[in-house]
Amino acid sequence: MILTVLGALTEGFLSTLQLFAVTLLGAVPLGLVLAFGSMNRWAPLGFLIHGPEAPAWRQILGGLRPINLVCRFLIWIIRGTPLMLQLIILFYVPGYYLKGGSPWPAGQNGRFLAAAIAFIINYSCYFSEIYRGGIQSVPVGQQEAGLVLGMTKRQIFFRVTLLQMVKRIVPPMSNEFITLVKDTAIARIISYQELIWAGYAFLKGSHGYSGLTWPLFFTGVYYLCFTGLLTWFFGWLERRLDYFR
Amino acid sequence: MAILEVKNLEKHFGATRVLDDISFSLEEGQALSVIGSSGSGKTTLLRCLNFLEQPDSGSISVRGEMLFDAADPATRREETVREKRLHFGLVFQNFNLFPQYTALKNVTLARELLAKERGGEDKASIEAAGRELLARMGLSDRAGHYPHQLSGGQQQRVAIARALALRPDILCFDEPTSALDPELTGEVLRVIRQLAEEKTTMIIVTHEMAFARDVADQVMFMDGGVIVEQGDARQVIEHPQEERTRRFLAHYAEK
Repeated sequence: MILTVLGALTEGFLSTLQLFAVTLLGAVPLGLVLAFGSMNRWAPLGFLIHGPEAPAWRQILGGLRPINLVCRFLIWIIRGTPLMLQLIILFYVPGYYLKGGSPWPAGQNGRFLAAAIAFIINYSCYFSEIYRGGIQSVPVGQQEAGLVLGMTKRQIFFRVTLLQMVKRIVPPMSNEFITLVKDTAIARIISYQELIWAGYAFLKGSHGYSGLTWPLFFTGVYYLCFTGLLTWFFGWLERRLDYFR
Repeated sequence: MAILEVKNLEKHFGATRVLDDISFSLEEGQALSVIGSSGSGKTTLLRCLNFLEQPDSGSISVRGEMLFDAADPATRREETVREKRLHFGLVFQNFNLFPQYTALKNVTLARELLAKERGGEDKASIEAAGRELLARMGLSDRAGHYPHQLSGGQQQRVAIARALALRPDILCFDEPTSALDPELTGEVLRVIRQLAEEKTTMIIVTHEMAFARDVADQVMFMDGGVIVEQGDARQVIEHPQEERTRRFLAHYAEK
């Protein structure tokens, strides 16, 4: 019995791990893109403002920053609504409107794909705000020093700002990573067979067993081990970055 | 011919006029001190010269080459600004060293990036040049230290070496000792004095009047965004002609 349960739970855990890893792979870089978008200062109508005497409507139109606006709007929507709702909408709603029915591949693959996309979008919004905070907390003087030394904006970001930002965002990012491990459980709402789904199966009847409560508790052990590993990793990273201030 | 020629520079922040009709020139190998109270526009002037701010009108030329002319849109283009900045070096009040790099890497980084882009010097020779610069600053034994392991005075000397590494035509200092204790101020001023003796062309914004008098060739007194008085350093500081200059200098005499 134990072997059957452990096998099933491990399988569930691997699904959890898969969703966790793919979400990070997508959201860590996408968050950076969104962070830059939400700091973007491009104002195509900026020419309407010339001096403080310009009338109010010109000030407003001229100050319009479309890229900035779109990114912040997206972040507001995504952070402002439950991930569960986003997941349900993404997975079930298109099927009602598209001619060919649901666009998602059948079975676990389709569920995984939908979950991965929803999670990536959701987490990149959170990451982008953490990144933005990190970037903006690096003193402007760092950028100016780079500029004066003839560095390009790209060089300044990658050679000067990035590592200082990373150092600052380690604690909040470790929070997000740990939350993500547990949030993957939300994917069972679209029947993605992750760890809790696997544990719950033994309660309601599966593999010839039913009414087993301990597998459910045992899923907690998996979570604890994995988040423990993450905690250790972030502690290590923090110490690694301790060589500068 | 003057190495630097600034004509009718003007800069507004919103409705405030920060620089008003600033014109001056600087000869090669000369040191110019800019004095004046906070908010007089000294720092903004340096920031304009280093293209960290864009003047609203006026022009800046170096060795006869027009670097910036508000009337000529071609010189205002962002892409060319990077190139032009290299004529100037800037040493900041609070050093702005890159904390994640050693003293040596701080000095060599920009030159390595430029060399990678344009070819030329190899890494070893850039590093050798960096070590030599640090030695000139009296920091041979600090090359491998990170900024937070250095005193303020040492950090500022690394920053000076960093600015010198790109061999700018004109080296600008923005209140280089204002963030330092009096005892650390001396070591930084000594280095700047040494640079002046080596005939480095410099513009030094400073509150150290004795230093300005002794080290600079020219002194410029600014107030409310205009140049009130300018001339031979000793002359301006010891025998100011303008009432406003006299009043400003009196604050220092009292101390």
